[in-house]
Amino acid sequence: MRIDGKGRIDRAAPVRFRFDGVEYGGFRGDTLASALIANGVALVARSFKYHRPRGVVTAGSEEPNALVEVIEGLQRTPNVRATVQEIHEGLVARSQNRWPSLRWDLLSVNDLAAPVLSAGFYYKTFMWPRAFWERLYEPAIRRAAGLGSLSQRGDDAIYETAFAFCDVLVIGAGPAGLMAALVAGRAGARVILADEQAEMGGALLADVGEIDGAPVSAWVASALAELGAMPNVRMMVRTTVTGVYDGGTYSALERVGLHRPGDADLPRECFWRIVAGQAVLAAGALERGIAFPDNDRPGIMSAHALRVYLHRYGVVPGERIAIFANNDGARQVARDLMAEGVTLVAIIDTRPDAPTAENCPVYPGASVTGTRGRRALREITLRHARGEERIAVDCLGVSGGWNPTLHLTGHLNGRPLWDEGLAAFLPAKDAVPGMHPAGAATGLFSTAGCLADGARVAGLALGALGRDGPETEVPVAEDADYRIAPVWEVAGKGRKWLDLANDVTTKDVRLAAQENFVSVEHMKRYTTQGMAPDQGKSSNVAALAVLADATGRGIAATGTTTFRPPFSPTSIAAMGAGGRGTGFAPQRFTTSHAASVARGAPMVEAGLWYRPSYFPRPGEATWREACDREVRMVRGSVGVCDVSTLGKIDIQGADAARFLDLVYANTFSSLPVGRVRYGIMLRGDGHVMDDGTTARLGAAHYLMTTTTAAAGEVMRHLDFVRQAYCADWDVRAISVTEAWAQVAVAGPMAKTLLDSLLDAQVDLAFMACGSVRLSGVAARLFRISFSGEQGYEIAVPARYGESLFRDLVARAETLGGGAYGMEALNVLRIEKGFLTHAEIHGRITAFDIGMAGMVSGKKDCIGKPASQRPGLSGPEREQLVGLRPVGDAVITAGAHLFSRGEASVRVNDQGYVTSVCYSPTLGGYLGLAFLRDGRARMGEEVRLVDHLRGLDVACRVCDPVFFDKEGIRVRG
Amino acid sequence: MADLIARTALAGQGPVTWGGLTLREVTWDRITSVAPFRGADVGALLDWPAPNRVVARDGGRIVWTGPGQAFLFGPVPEGLADHAALTDQSDGWAGLALEGKGAAEVLARLVPLDLDTMGPGEASRTLLGHMNALIIRVGTGFEALVFRSMARTAWHDIEAAMRGVAARQRR
Repeated sequence: MRIDGKGRIDRAAPVRFRFDGVEYGGFRGDTLASALIANGVALVARSFKYHRPRGVVTAGSEEPNALVEVIEGLQRTPNVRATVQEIHEGLVARSQNRWPSLRWDLLSVNDLAAPVLSAGFYYKTFMWPRAFWERLYEPAIRRAAGLGSLSQRGDDAIYETAFAFCDVLVIGAGPAGLMAALVAGRAGARVILADEQAEMGGALLADVGEIDGAPVSAWVASALAELGAMPNVRMMVRTTVTGVYDGGTYSALERVGLHRPGDADLPRECFWRIVAGQAVLAAGALERGIAFPDNDRPGIMSAHALRVYLHRYGVVPGERIAIFANNDGARQVARDLMAEGVTLVAIIDTRPDAPTAENCPVYPGASVTGTRGRRALREITLRHARGEERIAVDCLGVSGGWNPTLHLTGHLNGRPLWDEGLAAFLPAKDAVPGMHPAGAATGLFSTAGCLADGARVAGLALGALGRDGPETEVPVAEDADYRIAPVWEVAGKGRKWLDLANDVTTKDVRLAAQENFVSVEHMKRYTTQGMAPDQGKSSNVAALAVLADATGRGIAATGTTTFRPPFSPTSIAAMGAGGRGTGFAPQRFTTSHAASVARGAPMVEAGLWYRPSYFPRPGEATWREACDREVRMVRGSVGVCDVSTLGKIDIQGADAARFLDLVYANTFSSLPVGRVRYGIMLRGDGHVMDDGTTARLGAAHYLMTTTTAAAGEVMRHLDFVRQAYCADWDVRAISVTEAWAQVAVAGPMAKTLLDSLLDAQVDLAFMACGSVRLSGVAARLFRISFSGEQGYEIAVPARYGESLFRDLVARAETLGGGAYGMEALNVLRIEKGFLTHAEIHGRITAFDIGMAGMVSGKKDCIGKPASQRPGLSGPEREQLVGLRPVGDAVITAGAHLFSRGEASVRVNDQGYVTSVCYSPTLGGYLGLAFLRDGRARMGEEVRLVDHLRGLDVACRVCDPVFFDKEGIRVRG
Repeated sequence: MADLIARTALAGQGPVTWGGLTLREVTWDRITSVAPFRGADVGALLDWPAPNRVVARDGGRIVWTGPGQAFLFGPVPEGLADHAALTDQSDGWAGLALEGKGAAEVLARLVPLDLDTMGPGEASRTLLGHMNALIIRVGTGFEALVFRSMARTAWHDIEAAMRGVAARQRR
């Protein structure tokens, strides 16, 4: 029911929306919850386990009941809190966890079975047969009980992440937060004021009292105007600070487009990482309930929520309202409602000495002991000194007191402390370094107290930042005492609900205690109390109070469960914004990318790089046909391949040679200028890190080449070694990988091709390098080979890379050659027994790959002492060998090796296959493998078994160099 | 042979404007990494930048890029190679310029630094999304240098951030 003229909604902006297929009207500024209440909709949800009819309970993000699905086209967002979702034109929402409809939910039969469906029921009942749990019981239970459902589609909406920095982060814009922001802002500090609501003001928005003699709303408006005018203050509405992390880092989730969709570019949410010098936690407090029989019917709400709905949205959820409370705070709710002409049929106060000043029936020392009404509250039963009586009501506001919103103080493992007087947990002192709780979050429940505390705490924050706080006059405001006599549970027959989101009753908690789940953490897991989207915000304290009563330990000793981020539900999509699909990591493209794609090459990922797999030609039906042709092309004429992805590191300085001798296993100080040498590099633990060639460009100038895969790792390693082990050496290293485009030209006609290209003919010996020019551009030429053919790599500044590649391919084609891709490159190197990271995969020593001799005996190097440890060499090691199938058979990488006649089981494992190819050169499959004591087993027949692909092939062990072992062709 | 044709990292990509901000490719004739040798004093040849600082010079600037390392934009002084390890970095980096009021707000989506306080003459080696980047404050905007191979990802990420920020302003 809407009350004329009340509320902060925009009456000039009507909004149409749909809930469960019915169109309703509301106003801009309404939440889905307030708009449904305005339309008289009391039943909005079915409960988690028993499918009980439920209504809206709160007016905030702590809502346990009113969870709905929001539908946008094909997308569906489940478990949206109707109290948080603002309505907008065209909003479509529907109830969840019911079938076929909210009014007629067949699964409400669960409620009839409730006496047996207590906590632990599933664990105890569905134990046998064992296999049925996963296949039958769990899926069936999950279908019956639960929250909303997903669309089963990827979420293709836009999300954002962002960083922000400030001196003072103020969390919450109620009286304490606004005051803290004003004080810090006036002092010139950079302030971020974040509030989860659509409008700043917190509890003041539901307050019709006065501050400094003017209406509260006027003070809020002037405070917001002042803050808005300060360039050093950033105000973030709809932004929930969700977590506290080390070093003053806070996470926050901002609702950006959820309340105004329709702009394709507008992110739905933004996940902020805020770095703050100091923080003020002014998150307020949450009202808690009282567990009385049948306290879950639609229409039974938080008393404070009634006040919020009245003052912010101008709605009242009933015509005959009663209040049930154990504290003075709820009286203001009754007074405000009566002031608007709402019929208050009763104030039921558990305290025998409760005041009775209100102009309505007040029952001191009374309790609600029962309720009636299936889909909406119809009647309550109350018990008082004179007996029991039934009263017809359609709404009951309940207040069991207030819990400070101190969750963030627990994120770095702080534990809250119990305060007997307030019957509430309060933040521990310095629970989070640099975060100062203020106002209601510390148990100060009067407006005056909050304003003063906000100012005080801002002063603390400013002091910690070394700033002077300005003289601040705290405004004059309401300063009533908060008097409470704790009541957790009302005696009587019937289920007394604690956790509405998980359908947990006081009986469940007592059962947990009875079954020895007496720790609050165990009780939580056993009953599921405090789980789900609301994380028990409105039920935790009451539940542990019941547990404390059941165990006789007292509340302080029982303690709370651990508060962890996020404070409220956070979409994974927001945290991982931009990471969908190719957004997961940067894409690296070579300069020849477009040219390769234009030739129809399928691109494969090599780390972050995209490289051509093969270059299909007309008539080639499979990748193998193209690959075989490209291999024959390189062996027969000339092939061209972009190898720019290999890491290139420029190393200079008087100690450059000494440095390379330290990082490489073999010696580079003896390398003559103008020559290139193959090297292997060990990790500190003695295993092989990477291999590659390094050229000596000058006496004190080297150019190292790494593999594509380890380019970053090697650069990092060199930086580390340089800074940590030889900081005083004269050596400088920097990556030049991206500065050069480098293309391999390989094959018997490689020289012919180069001669046609270079400005002057160059005769380079194998493993030599030099400077050349092509069409006037300075380039570098290396005579090296990864194919076993006469090979060159030519490097030009990257701006010319595409042009060079196109030119080389065109020239190669006139010689009967062409471009080759990764598949052919792999075949060529396997035929030659050259290694990649398929072989040097991190668990391999130089001994394993037959390169123990490269670990120089004349000098020390990183990893050398470790490589000499027992167990890293010897016949027990699996050693690199070649494999050829006996007969015409297919073999696979990943297969394992077994001795002939041995069963192919784990304990008999003799090794594994790392690389396999079909060799068109040799006419059959080749494999590289690691075989126990492999070098001593040349010629032996072993079993190759691929358990995954069902292969069992006899193979002959051979030298890993299959082709041109003498290296005649490469010197050509 | 035919002339080699030079292409920039983002060749073919024209400037885009969103919410009053413009993103365009920016190129430089020459970028040289300078790492003075041990004990060398390059002070006579150039003003060495302090960490995270840019020093303007005739025909260019020199930008701090790491301990003992800076990028020299523009001509290399005669004789510098005797005192410092030099490498040609001109083609290794793609340059993206984001210009206009609110550029820091856009880059805050990608760069984990307090860009509001980064003033003229400041630069930082940092991250742009997942990419290694050099961010330089230029006027009301920024120049971002990323690995040449990642130019397209950088462009995509910055433009996506621009569109998101611009959409917030359309109310």
